[in-house]
Amino acid sequence: MSRYFRAKIRENLPLNRNHKLLTLETSSPVNEPLPGQFYMVGVNRGGYNPLLKRAFSLFRKTSDGFQVLYRIKGKGTSLLSSMKEGEMIDIIGPLGRSYPVPETGRTPLVIAGGVGMASVFSLIESIPKRSYVFYGARSKDELFMLDELGALCKGLYISTDDGSLGKKGSIAGVLEDFLDRKHETEDQYLIYACGPKPLLGLIARTASSHSIQAFVSLEEQMACGIGACLGCAVRVKSPVSVLQGSEQDFIYRKVCKDGPVFDAAEILW
Amino acid sequence: MNLEVKIGGLKLRNPVMTASGTFGYGEEYSGFVDLNKLGAIVVKGISLKPMLGNPPPRISETPCGMLNAIGLQNVGLELFLKEKLPFLRKFDTRVIVNILGNSLKEYQQIAEALDDAGIDAIELNVSCPNVQKGGIMFGTDRKMLGQLITGVKNTVKNTVLITKLSPTVSDIKEFAKTAEDSGSDAISLINTIPGMSIDINTRRPRLKNITGGLSGPAIRPVAVRMVYEAYNAVKIPVIGMGGIMNADDAIEFFIAGASAIAVGTANFVNPEATTAILSGLIKYMERENIERIGSLTGSLDIE
Repeated sequence: MSRYFRAKIRENLPLNRNHKLLTLETSSPVNEPLPGQFYMVGVNRGGYNPLLKRAFSLFRKTSDGFQVLYRIKGKGTSLLSSMKEGEMIDIIGPLGRSYPVPETGRTPLVIAGGVGMASVFSLIESIPKRSYVFYGARSKDELFMLDELGALCKGLYISTDDGSLGKKGSIAGVLEDFLDRKHETEDQYLIYACGPKPLLGLIARTASSHSIQAFVSLEEQMACGIGACLGCAVRVKSPVSVLQGSEQDFIYRKVCKDGPVFDAAEILW
Repeated sequence: MNLEVKIGGLKLRNPVMTASGTFGYGEEYSGFVDLNKLGAIVVKGISLKPMLGNPPPRISETPCGMLNAIGLQNVGLELFLKEKLPFLRKFDTRVIVNILGNSLKEYQQIAEALDDAGIDAIELNVSCPNVQKGGIMFGTDRKMLGQLITGVKNTVKNTVLITKLSPTVSDIKEFAKTAEDSGSDAISLINTIPGMSIDINTRRPRLKNITGGLSGPAIRPVAVRMVYEAYNAVKIPVIGMGGIMNADDAIEFFIAGASAIAVGTANFVNPEATTAILSGLIKYMERENIERIGSLTGSLDIE
């Protein structure tokens, strides 16, 4: 089984003015994706502009393919959004390290900031009725799958920047409030998060101050997706200096291959 | 049909190679491509000591291309020999190691160790635009380039020596001749072309390093021209590269004067690009009744 294949667009469904849910079907068997893994998706119909594939998280596995939830942001995602049912698309994947499966007895707290939900949804789905979900976005119309999420988790907490749904403000604050109320002993919690980097940095700090282990999914500009180009570097703490005689205490790891899921304590925020 | 080519004393099964820095240490692509099918694998540039590389963002897409400023991040000579080379040895292909240093002595130390390890060929990196020291200073000064090549050539016993030329010189022919006269067995070109891109909303450079090396189809016409000029200036084989995405692109380089070609940025877009290019090349040779790939080299018709 190759991780390089072509898939057919079954549906490219608008969710609101700038988000879409892409459903792809594969004719030949492909590798089973795990929650947190991602795909490199060709958006240029074989042309050279844009040249590179785009990395998208697995949103949900289907019986004969998978789904990707994306925000239309730049040239690549605009082109993807113009692609129609029946078109064939080039895919590399599934790639990268998945979210570690939470041990039985531990309660996952899953945090999604905006389109970060695209990465954690399949994790929430894989552990029905076990997780508390914290979902923040700019406004009500950028929150998706709320009914499904409500049915999949033990508790769903919402925030929006404009206060149009849930608590007004950052989802990091909602998580803080939750932890301050101490529902369970803290060592039973485990945090999973995906969203903008500043939010992930806040969550890493919260996790650390409550001594909760946290896994975050990171994003970085990426060319190959398979660990060859070394483009998607992220700074992680290193106990030993790689460069002799220097005080450097970090090394670069690859988001595509060493991640995208990292232990938050490893990252130099 | 004969696809075999000779680079100095080194025989390659076919003329399709990988470009340094775009194929990792081979392992990264082994799940996509049968590495035994490649003419040669050119691995990511190796320095004497490990290098951290540049801070992110390290890459940025540009029209029909990309800028990179990886900063020669690599595991260093020792780890390469211990951890990366054994994997490559399992395959029936040639292994070419791209090397870089800050001084002639460093280049010699690496070359000697690789020669002892029985590496097929060394590609001298004298043209990386993304690090302050090393590399490019040798590539843009003919006297220094000549001394470097002679110095390394005298250090190695069996290893074939390829010099990777910088495109940022006023006359590529002169540098090609210097490489030939100094004992290089072959030349490879082009490395990336220095470039820059700015986010107009933040007025910040898109790369943390500010400038980077441009690669991809955007640079191909420049590369074809330089291969053509270099081919006409020297007798040693020319390895052509720069934006080769498919077999047609590769054939253009052969006609311009390349004896072999290297696939770079295309690997990022299509991890099977190397073998797809090889298949396309074979089809072209069948169609055009070309018995020997060597006869295509420099076959440009200017009448």
